Amino acid sequence: MDPIPYRRETPGTQPPALWPDYRSTVLRSPRKPLIALPHSLSEVTGPIFGHDRLQPNDADLTSQHKERPIGDRMIVAGRVIDENERPVAGTLVEIWQANSAGRYFHPRDSRDAPLDSNFTGGGRTITDEEGRYRFITVKPGYYPWGNHPNAWRPAHIHFSVFGPSFVTRLICQMYFEDDPMLRYDPIYMSVPSDAGRKQLLAKFDYELTVPGFGLGYRFDIVLRGRNATPPEADHAH
Amino acid sequence: MRSMPFGGSYVPETPSQTAGPYVHIGLIPKQAGFDIFENNFGGDIAGPRVPGERITIKGRVFDGAGLATRDVLVETWQANAAGRYNHSADRQQGALDKSFRGWARTGTDFATGVYTIRTIKPGAVIGRKGRKRMAPHINFWIASRGINIGLATRMYFADEEAANAADPVLNIIEQPERRKTLIAPRSERDGNVTYTFDIYLQGERETVFFDA
Ligand SMILES: [Fe+2]
Repeated sequence: MDPIPYRRETPGTQPPALWPDYRSTVLRSPRKPLIALPHSLSEVTGPIFGHDRLQPNDADLTSQHKERPIGDRMIVAGRVIDENERPVAGTLVEIWQANSAGRYFHPRDSRDAPLDSNFTGGGRTITDEEGRYRFITVKPGYYPWGNHPNAWRPAHIHFSVFGPSFVTRLICQMYFEDDPMLRYDPIYMSVPSDAGRKQLLAKFDYELTVPGFGLGYRFDIVLRGRNATPPEADHAH
Repeated sequence: MRSMPFGGSYVPETPSQTAGPYVHIGLIPKQAGFDIFENNFGGDIAGPRVPGERITIKGRVFDGAGLATRDVLVETWQANAAGRYNHSADRQQGALDKSFRGWARTGTDFATGVYTIRTIKPGAVIGRKGRKRMAPHINFWIASRGINIGLATRMYFADEEAANAADPVLNIIEQPERRKTLIAPRSERDGNVTYTFDIYLQGERETVFFDA
């Protein structure tokens, strides 16, 4: 019995590989068509991560160092679900971001903005039974980049998620609704539909806000789901 | 939510975005120059007791200008030496060593552009329809600045000539020339086995990437 395959990409939902407005894609996008791969065990299996491998501080980016980092403390939480709206439990969620001044703790970010020795900007956690995750961090700052004159990235947090198989692997970015930089950002604008771009926006959430501590933002992530019906013609219907 | 041809509804997958140039902070912190997590996920995954032939995979990822990239995330997923994946969907009989997760993560080096993975050679994995075995292979997934959606490919082993010739996935690729982009040559030195797997994002030697 073949494994039930994962649903193919819904046309018009994912950014194209070549998006010249984002200049780095010009030399890094494959030009030959991708070859459709029927799903075998190699595709429907993937790495499993246990809670034992993580530490509590891994999900709290404000307590990984001696002192508290500078910036607006906030809670980022949400659910990882699949396209069939089922929770994705026990999956690894990893994030990375700039500090509140828009500077990355990275040897290749040499921009003239302060580093914060109390903030390295990486975190990770495992979703619970309902697919929920929760991070504590500070709001990332804007930063300029060399893509075009006067280019600034909107405030964002990078997300990496695994899901149940190697084909559900996803890297995306979380943005904040009402950020004025969004419409000028070729990375955000590479997503072809309004609905898709909206999926990348975190929403302020009063329920997640912790009194006297920090504002809460909700960001849900949808990973590929299984096909409802095996698509192969040789399965009887 | 969209409606499906079979009725019912679904929410489409969240759009992918580039991993950007600072992916190391979150995923390969040692390469970013700090070490805050107790457990780091790395590129050396063959523990001392894992059965199988020890191999090193080395390679570079070239862009369309022919330059070796120095900021690409490389992840691999593979079966164990008996051809079993450490995952519940793999219901094959046979030895499963839970200590071998089968997943590795590394990056192309800031200075040399070379990525390195130390693992074991996987066995042949049962294919679709439960009949033909797929030739031993390692699944690759790469992401970086300039890559809007992570790219999936497979590495096959040059010393598995007969199995490769019969492999159902290699044979999906129409032009035999392009199949060669997935086959890594083997070299041996002082008893150490290395496979070289270079990935070409564009150009005449563009690697076959899959819509997986
Ligand atoms: Fe960024």
